[in-house]
Amino acid sequence: MIKVYTSTVIEAPADTVWGRIRDFNGLPSWTPFVADSRIEGSQPPDRIGCVRNFRLKDGGLIREQLLTLSDYDYQCSYSILESPMGVDNYVATLKLTPVTDGNRTFAEWWAEFDCAPERENQLARDIGQGVFQAAFDSLKTLMRR
Amino acid sequence: MIRVVRSAVIDAPIERVWAVLRDFNSHSAWHPIVADSTIENDESSDQIGCVRSFTLKDGNHIREQLLALSDTDYVSTYCILDATLPMRRYVATVQLKRVTDGDRTFWHWQSTFDVPRGREQEFTDLVGKGVYEGGFEGVRAYLRRRPGGPTSRSIVTAGASMTTQGVVAVRFGGPDVLEPRSLEVRPPGSGEVRLRQTAIGINYIDVYVRKGEYPLIQPPAPLGMEAAGEVVDVGDGVTHLLPGDRVAYACTPPGAYVGVRTLPASHLVVLPDEIDDEAAAAVMLKGMTAEYLLHRTHRLRAGETVLVHAAAGGVGLLLCQWAKALGARVIGTVSTDIKARAARAAGCDFVIVGGDYRFAASVRDATDGRGADVIYDGLGQAAARENFDALAMCGHWVCYGQASGPVSQLTVEDMQQKSATFSSPVLFHYSAERAVLTEMAARTFEALRQGILTLDIQHRYPLAAAAQAHRNLEGRTTIGPLILLP
Repeated sequence: MIKVYTSTVIEAPADTVWGRIRDFNGLPSWTPFVADSRIEGSQPPDRIGCVRNFRLKDGGLIREQLLTLSDYDYQCSYSILESPMGVDNYVATLKLTPVTDGNRTFAEWWAEFDCAPERENQLARDIGQGVFQAAFDSLKTLMRR
Repeated sequence: MIRVVRSAVIDAPIERVWAVLRDFNSHSAWHPIVADSTIENDESSDQIGCVRSFTLKDGNHIREQLLALSDTDYVSTYCILDATLPMRRYVATVQLKRVTDGDRTFWHWQSTFDVPRGREQEFTDLVGKGVYEGGFEGVRAYLRRRPGGPTSRSIVTAGASMTTQGVVAVRFGGPDVLEPRSLEVRPPGSGEVRLRQTAIGINYIDVYVRKGEYPLIQPPAPLGMEAAGEVVDVGDGVTHLLPGDRVAYACTPPGAYVGVRTLPASHLVVLPDEIDDEAAAAVMLKGMTAEYLLHRTHRLRAGETVLVHAAAGGVGLLLCQWAKALGARVIGTVSTDIKARAARAAGCDFVIVGGDYRFAASVRDATDGRGADVIYDGLGQAAARENFDALAMCGHWVCYGQASGPVSQLTVEDMQQKSATFSSPVLFHYSAERAVLTEMAARTFEALRQGILTLDIQHRYPLAAAAQAHRNLEGRTTIGPLILLP
């Protein structure tokens, strides 16, 4: 089991940032790498257990299931059901915390998963920088507008 | 139940911020509203259950207990046991998280507590603004004052030796046995710190060690017992110091005449901003000596008459200044007229000039025949009979040095003639306990800050010229402190 952890500070109040990212079906609107997304079975995207089925801009298909959604803690966690990444037991959490000093937001995103030992470093980099940090960078740009 | 939450981003790596916050007793060093703080019962500040007892600058007093501390989660939880403020059931948690984007630190500080009805807003503001927001600013300022940290740590390869220039006594003997040498400095082990020294104090005890009169070194070995500098790196288990901290020490065994030194962290005290490195190197051993002689061995009271020998020497000048400030009448002995002027300037009311150990009659003359209530004696055997004659009834003879050899042939019957007290104190016995050491250093620095003690450093030498410095010190031509600069 390895853990990847990425965190950043976003120059906007936590309420505003959360409003932008709480939609489990909303990845195409704020991440740079998702082409389109739908929720399976016509479920609402804030129903615990719902599955998002989305396509990456590079063509890969991913299915992820919503495990936790908390408007009180600004927190969302999910697991990967299917993906081309070659990871098992993948559970990720995205969490916001207000920074009272400056009315900004501390954003954390971490994942735990299993994979072949020789792929650990590459996957940790791909997920930590290529996915989480890339999404944060895009979100920071959106919040500046 | 009131809940207060404040959070901030600190522009420093989490390891650096945590090194400050994990020390439950560090807040008096960085929090603007905390005046002073101690951990009760000499416990370590990372002992779960330890109690910090502290005073706020507004005079309120608070006792808080450490409930939880985690180096893996960077969390510290504590509660108020009792306070002069009407706060009940106060439990607070400090949590740090790493901001991987930019290697910064997110600091979350929250608490819940009760206060009397109607005063909720007042205490929400006090805790949120005064304590937490004030604390964020305090730590930011503290870290700015102590740059370095993991950045300077990374300059030194962990676990690697360094080489430095030092001066060693190649055998016991005169000043000529002091020779410059290149020395290896091992990395700090558990509980140790490696220090880049910027100023080294010379003391008369170094001369005794060089001559082999005190069995403290095995030549070839460097001399020296006090210095100031900057922490290069720290070993495991060192919690009160960080790379970049300005520190000073006075301790045995000798080994201070070097550029870089590894030594136990427990000897080091952090320097206040107002005390520069040269002053610290000049005052640690001599100032703390004056501190314990005047405040511990004998608690000097206003109105007492004090006899200070070598009143223009390193310790002598400080004793005169401090004794005068405490309200004593100060009589000093010196060897020359030039030194007499220095002693008078330091507060001596009456100066006896002469190098022949004849002063008892003059002391009695100056005190209407009474003699001195306290004698601070660094002379030893050659002046023993005169000192006894100069001592008042029920007087206290404090022999803290023995320039002419140890006092012998002094008997209990002799002391009985005057109901006299004889003390033979050693600095390092007083400073062995860390809590006492920090107290002694703090009182000495405070005396410097208040101008009670002043240092006129007239004798600076490059480290390699240590032999010349020793010649001058033994030639009795120096006034005040001597320092070596690596």
